[in-house]
Amino acid sequence: MKTVRIGAGLGFYGDSWLPVRASIERGGVQYIGSDHLAELTLAILQKDRARNPGAGFTRDLVPMLSALWPLAQPRGVRFVLNAGGLDPLAARAALAAAFAANGWSARIAAVTGDDVIDRIDELRAAGEPLAHLDTGADIAAVRSRLVFANAYLGARPIAHALAQGADIVLTGRVADAALFLGPLVHEFGWAWDDWQRLAQGLTVGHLLECSGQATGGNFGAAGAWAQIPDLGHIGYPIAEVSEDGSAVITKAPGTGGRVDFDTVRQQLLYEVHDPHRYVSPDVVLDMGTLRLGDLGGDRVAVTGASGRPRPDRLKIVAGYEDGWMGSSVVGFCWPDAYRKAQAAVALVKQSLREQRVPIDEMLVEYPGLDAFLGPHADLSRRDDLNEVWVRVAIRTQDKRHADGLGRHFPWLALSGPPYMSGFHGITPGSQLLGVWPALVARELVESRVDVSLVEVA
Amino acid sequence: MRLLLARIAHARSGDKADRADIGLFAYDAPSYAVIEREVTAERVAAHFAWLADGPVERYPLDNLLALKFVLNRALQGGAARSLRSDNLGKTIGAALLRMQIDIDPMEAASLPRLKTRAG
Repeated sequence: MKTVRIGAGLGFYGDSWLPVRASIERGGVQYIGSDHLAELTLAILQKDRARNPGAGFTRDLVPMLSALWPLAQPRGVRFVLNAGGLDPLAARAALAAAFAANGWSARIAAVTGDDVIDRIDELRAAGEPLAHLDTGADIAAVRSRLVFANAYLGARPIAHALAQGADIVLTGRVADAALFLGPLVHEFGWAWDDWQRLAQGLTVGHLLECSGQATGGNFGAAGAWAQIPDLGHIGYPIAEVSEDGSAVITKAPGTGGRVDFDTVRQQLLYEVHDPHRYVSPDVVLDMGTLRLGDLGGDRVAVTGASGRPRPDRLKIVAGYEDGWMGSSVVGFCWPDAYRKAQAAVALVKQSLREQRVPIDEMLVEYPGLDAFLGPHADLSRRDDLNEVWVRVAIRTQDKRHADGLGRHFPWLALSGPPYMSGFHGITPGSQLLGVWPALVARELVESRVDVSLVEVA
Repeated sequence: MRLLLARIAHARSGDKADRADIGLFAYDAPSYAVIEREVTAERVAAHFAWLADGPVERYPLDNLLALKFVLNRALQGGAARSLRSDNLGKTIGAALLRMQIDIDPMEAASLPRLKTRAG
């Protein structure tokens, strides 16, 4: 029976591609799917593009494929990457130029049509209110502050690009799991209404979209995390998929990490909301019938996914400018470390008040003590700490006030409580972004989707 | 007796828009019976009242010995507008593992994880 081997690339913009080498050289993969776009990565790319019109894609694309293509091409390994970001055509141009400079050949496809930032009014005129999916709020409230708006496309344009012979498929926003479902549909010729197989393929994609998180990375367990071997050489997950959609999750031989029932199920539910209704553009997955069979030897069988028909509407995620954050960090040493940090915060607050700095919200947290656990932190020794750090963050509408927060701290060194040190410096404010999820009739988006192929000889 | 959830379960958390989500995984079937009974949506909502303004949803998955929790309005409007150090909610899973549950000592003694690690 035919099987297809597909491996994980990156799990986010900035992730390491070194583990992908082992998947190509020793893992027998035919495809690598690589996810470069977290929910708000497009906001970073929008800022890059505002400075440089050709820079709307993730900058890791060219170095990553420059390192991997010489290994992949002789083995016939093909790539699907959403590194196109806001501008898959510019991404392709940059990649093609780099390949040409090296004398490499490749057929590179680009998928466009997900970007709807310039179509907001048109979509609203067509009867799509684009109301906030969770709150129902009118998008008019943020319309002028939108910085990007992209629909999540599915696996179809990817499968189409592969059918045209693409070695490398560059997309913008697609459902993360579609990066993997596309090659599986292409290889097996699954029908687009074969909900069971599509559901299995989507499950595989979901397991592979976060690189090392399926193979023992970020394994959230007290004590047990330390038993995961050789994280420094972690193997990214590889799926061996059969024509019926059943799959085995594994990794390349000789790599670190671990594939077992525990590591795979942690990823299976990661960033899933209703597990009985995991919605993608291609199929709605019910995980309630899934079976994970731990076969030993870093192999876990995945079977039994249930699928229901795809939704009529696609999800859009837009981002909008929503003020600025200023933040500062400073440390205090024993004695009375915590009390002194609290006193310093009170002095900073007084200074901000007296200088009439407009602040919408302030957060005070003590990194190393309670910044993560909040009221569940153990504060029983807080009156006798060796040392403590305090971080003050403000939300404000004016960038200058965010930039200026740090100026309210240095005077404390000579005129505040004693044994203060480790001021992190006056750092510029960072722009805050709100996220705006909405739905849109799929035909309004899909009618504009285009797949084009360029051959670098 | 009081039992720390971390002793019988593991967890991973993530984000989507203004929601945090947590997968809570029992190490074995007897431990799953305990968390399925004790770690209710109401208890989780109370545990995260300091963080989440919205309701907590719970989805039991018997096939995975797991409970899925969704914390609505838990990320200050979303990761990119949150002021918190943990703007992505990555440590919320650990905070759930800090929960103490009440359990009959006889039942606790029968749990595989507690048998193998006395005390």
